[in-house]
Amino acid sequence: MSKVLVVTSGKGGVGKTTSTAALGAALAQSGQNVVVVDFDVGLRNLDLVMGAERRVVFDFINVINGDAKLAQALIRDRRIDTLSLLPASQTRDKDALTPEGVARVLDELREKFDWVICDSPAGIERGALLAMYHAEVAVIVTNPEVSSVRDSDRIIGLLDSKTAKAEAGEKIDKHLLLTRYNAARAARGEMLKTEDVLDILSIPLLGIIPESEEVLRASNLGAPVTLNNPTSAPARAYFDAVKRLQGDSIAMTVPTARRGLIGKLFGRRVA
Amino acid sequence: MSLWQMFSRRGSAPVARERLQILLAHERALGGGQGDLVAVLQEEILAVIARHIAVDRDKVQVKLDRSKDYSTLEIDIEMPPIATLAAARASLR
Ligand SMILES: Nc1ncnc2c1ncn2[C@@H]1O[C@H](COP(=O)(O)OP(=O)(O)OP(=O)(O)O)[C@@H](O)[C@H]1O
Ligand SMILES: [Mg+2]
Repeated sequence: MSKVLVVTSGKGGVGKTTSTAALGAALAQSGQNVVVVDFDVGLRNLDLVMGAERRVVFDFINVINGDAKLAQALIRDRRIDTLSLLPASQTRDKDALTPEGVARVLDELREKFDWVICDSPAGIERGALLAMYHAEVAVIVTNPEVSSVRDSDRIIGLLDSKTAKAEAGEKIDKHLLLTRYNAARAARGEMLKTEDVLDILSIPLLGIIPESEEVLRASNLGAPVTLNNPTSAPARAYFDAVKRLQGDSIAMTVPTARRGLIGKLFGRRVA
Repeated sequence: MSLWQMFSRRGSAPVARERLQILLAHERALGGGQGDLVAVLQEEILAVIARHIAVDRDKVQVKLDRSKDYSTLEIDIEMPPIATLAAARASLR
């Protein structure tokens, strides 16, 4: 049975695209058939993060307009053959994404894949609404800081009212993914606590992804972090998140600060 | 972590720089309308081929690989079985 999942946030730059790539790859690594779909028309980036930017020929809009068949626009990952990408258009504007077109393409994707993962653009406009409309599962990417939490609250409201599920009187399955979690700053009390964020948003926690240079390295190299360095802390956190998505209940690991030699010598002053 | 990764750990930034240079060179040169160009190429090539053999549109795969000095465009067309082809040719004569 296939599932449409949206990765969304409201606020920009919190880690949606990074998380789409990592969750998509992790699901594919577990043997599922996965497609990641870029909804960020005009500002596509998922192709870069996945390392497929040189291979984009046709995109989502080409398929909607009938310039290309879906199979021609899908880019199969060279490392895991159960992972594919449907890139966004870099040149058109957001209006090219029509509700009927999106519905048609997503229906076709559902037939081919176990998971259809939609990378939402930031904001609460057309693109973001279309990305969430067909989803039955939502991953709300939030950073532990006030504006991100507020925007997530707004997005949760939209998920509960503006999706096909909501319109049918059903509940969309929502999960919170805390990203860019900085353990050192959390220890110093400079960041919102996980409990506080959970308290405010009151949706279940899917995972806590630490702030890590491994994420930057992976995107420089064009590989989801779960592929580039599967044993790194952020990759392990994404693998755990995927297990929870699949219904496993596994203990939550809260990232801890690992101080280097300098940190140990000078204590808190050098964090 | 592979041995290669151990050695290449030092810097991922040069890789990022090269990837961006290649990508942006292509995007700027074509004003981003690459998909359109390829769509036109595909249509015209298929039209030529269709004059001689029946082509199933679902059996056409287009692949592009952009690299620094050159790009390759691959258009893969699955042909009908030889027998069908021969029959079609015979009827043409
Ligand atoms: N866990 C992390 N550790 C370190 N850096 C991260 C982490 N997650 C994301 N980033 C960095 O944050 C930046 C924004 O990430 P990303 O592009 O995934 O966000 P986004 O929500 O998709 O942004 P947009 O709203 O613009 O689409 C990128 O530079 C990315 O490498
Ligand atoms: Mg993004």
